[in-house]
Amino acid sequence: MDRKKFINNSGRLVLLGGLAYLTGSIIYQRKVSASGKYVWQIDPFKCTQCGRCATECVRDLSAVKCVHAYSLCGYCDLCGGYFKPNTHKLNTGAESQLCPTGALNRKFVEEPFFQYTIDEKLCNGCAKCVKGCGSFGNGSLHLQIRHDLCQNCNECSISRMCPSNAISRVPIETAYLIKGDFKKPAVSTPK
Amino acid sequence: MKWLKIILFLLPLTLAFHNLDAQQRFPKPEFHTHYTQPTPTTPEPRGVGMEFFDVLVLLVVLSLTSWFAIRKRSRNGILLLTVFSAIYFGFYRNGCICTVGSIQNVALALADPKYVISLYALLFFLLPLIFSLFFGRVFCGAACPLGAIQDLLIFNPITIPAWLRKTLGFIPYLYLGLAVLYAATGTEFIICRYDPFIGIYRMNGPHLMIYLGIAFLLMGLFIARPYCRFFCPYGAILNVFSRFSRRHLSVFPTKCIQCKLCTTSCPFEAIDFPDEEKSKPDTKTNSRKFILYLALIPVLMLAGAWIGSKSHVFLSKAHPDVYLAELLISHPELKTDSKNIDIQTFLASGKSLETLVAEAQVIRDKFKTGSWILGAFLGLVIGLMAMNQVIFRRREDYQANKGNCYSCARCLDYCPVE
Ligand code: SF4
Ligand code: SF4
Ligand code: SF4
Ligand code: SF4
Repeated sequence: MDRKKFINNSGRLVLLGGLAYLTGSIIYQRKVSASGKYVWQIDPFKCTQCGRCATECVRDLSAVKCVHAYSLCGYCDLCGGYFKPNTHKLNTGAESQLCPTGALNRKFVEEPFFQYTIDEKLCNGCAKCVKGCGSFGNGSLHLQIRHDLCQNCNECSISRMCPSNAISRVPIETAYLIKGDFKKPAVSTPK
Repeated sequence: MKWLKIILFLLPLTLAFHNLDAQQRFPKPEFHTHYTQPTPTTPEPRGVGMEFFDVLVLLVVLSLTSWFAIRKRSRNGILLLTVFSAIYFGFYRNGCICTVGSIQNVALALADPKYVISLYALLFFLLPLIFSLFFGRVFCGAACPLGAIQDLLIFNPITIPAWLRKTLGFIPYLYLGLAVLYAATGTEFIICRYDPFIGIYRMNGPHLMIYLGIAFLLMGLFIARPYCRFFCPYGAILNVFSRFSRRHLSVFPTKCIQCKLCTTSCPFEAIDFPDEEKSKPDTKTNSRKFILYLALIPVLMLAGAWIGSKSHVFLSKAHPDVYLAELLISHPELKTDSKNIDIQTFLASGKSLETLVAEAQVIRDKFKTGSWILGAFLGLVIGLMAMNQVIFRRREDYQANKGNCYSCARCLDYCPVE
């Protein structure tokens, strides 16, 4: 009986020691952050608009949405993100739109400018408009993970599949990387 | 004058033009009407600041479960906590991050110099283990959301023959080893990727995942807690830790009267029966066997290490960089395949194949080390499992097996002893 107790106690001590060693070495190497909370972020300057953001997110409708940096936009009539490349009729007919879900809205502002907004309920993050805007326009449309929708998976399913390694884990204070105006990208904080 | 203005306006733009890879094709419009330009919104992440509350909840649930299992001997209390965990950790908090998955965060934190683990993830990993050293697997009893959903859906459990149970019991260790290997090499988090229940808790997810979850739950109607028993990698660690627990749930409160009423109560066959007098093995052959098995362990570990290091090339293919490098070398003709997104992106990035191969080689070297350790670990597990068969422990009572018992407290109601 005593022998059993001895084995039990020493086993427990060894395992506790193991846990302490593991924790200690993580703390010692400063690998733990007490206040840190992390979220996933797309770097729009690395993203190559491969289209996987629409298909790899664990949510039915991806948590990745197109975001519009208005201050970078040319408000073009012939918007490269809105119209299919060879469209001649610049109307809002579905057949001339690039967006497969019709999530991009075009609104007349004043001659000759048009404002483009994204309906996040429809956007599936496929990046077709982002690609169009980047190739023919100013590149004001870009993808971001929307954190009100994101589940903040322990490992983002898209990050594993992203061919450009554009998705990484960042501190929550810098959750978004919204393209700024003409200057360098501003890192914006959630309110 | 107007032209001067425009030139002055355009000058910085042309400079920015060069900085931003010629992205600025159209000038910023000058609006004449009262148009206010919207600003992009940045919605706040969900559940900010709840992490440490979660740790507190976990602590409370673990403490209450220990109390219900050991002191209060109340199945109803534990059932209530199980329902609570399924609702709170599962349906409300949506599962991430959970204790089972936190193994990978810890492994990555130890292996990757750049990765920083958040304190609450570390605590989620540590707390259940510490509790298991003192009170047994109380985490599995009520706190684990994966266990909870399975436990609540046990309907008519069948008996699984011991040999099958023990053989399948090896899978969690294999899963654990692979999960640590893949996390430490920065490949992927397989526990999270193949978590069968997260899609159900989120009521949203890839269809395959949801079907897998439903399949597990359906199976669980008859094979109690299939994920816990035959897959869960964290359960594998808890199993070992719990064997050395200071206190543990006991089927009987004071003394076992050998009434056998509890024998069928455990849906997981975690109650050990007393050994029959005649089955007591002959000590001499038994100790000879013991020594033989003990000597076999290093042999098994060496063999495991050898097999492991042989399979590192295969295992490393799961890493996307290694996979891509191999693909480009073995099938150079794929470079013209416009449908292969990975290859096309790589070609467009301007990175040379040499750089990619060099990076892949670094990762493969990590796998080389990791794979033989994994092999040796699995050899050790097999050796210990075999040795466990010949270790003779005198058992006089019907008692819960400290390694396998989930502290669900079902059996307590069956014991007639006051
Ligand atoms: S997976 Fe990566 S490259 Fe593809 S669209 Fe998403 S962020 Fe861009
Ligand atoms: S973390 Fe999860 S929910 Fe968020 S974008 Fe990635 S896969 Fe989608
Ligand atoms: S065995 Fe694993 S999944 Fe099951 S309750 Fe325990 S930790 Fe959770
Ligand atoms: S408390 Fe343990 S031994 Fe009792 S029924 Fe539950 S798992 Fe089985």
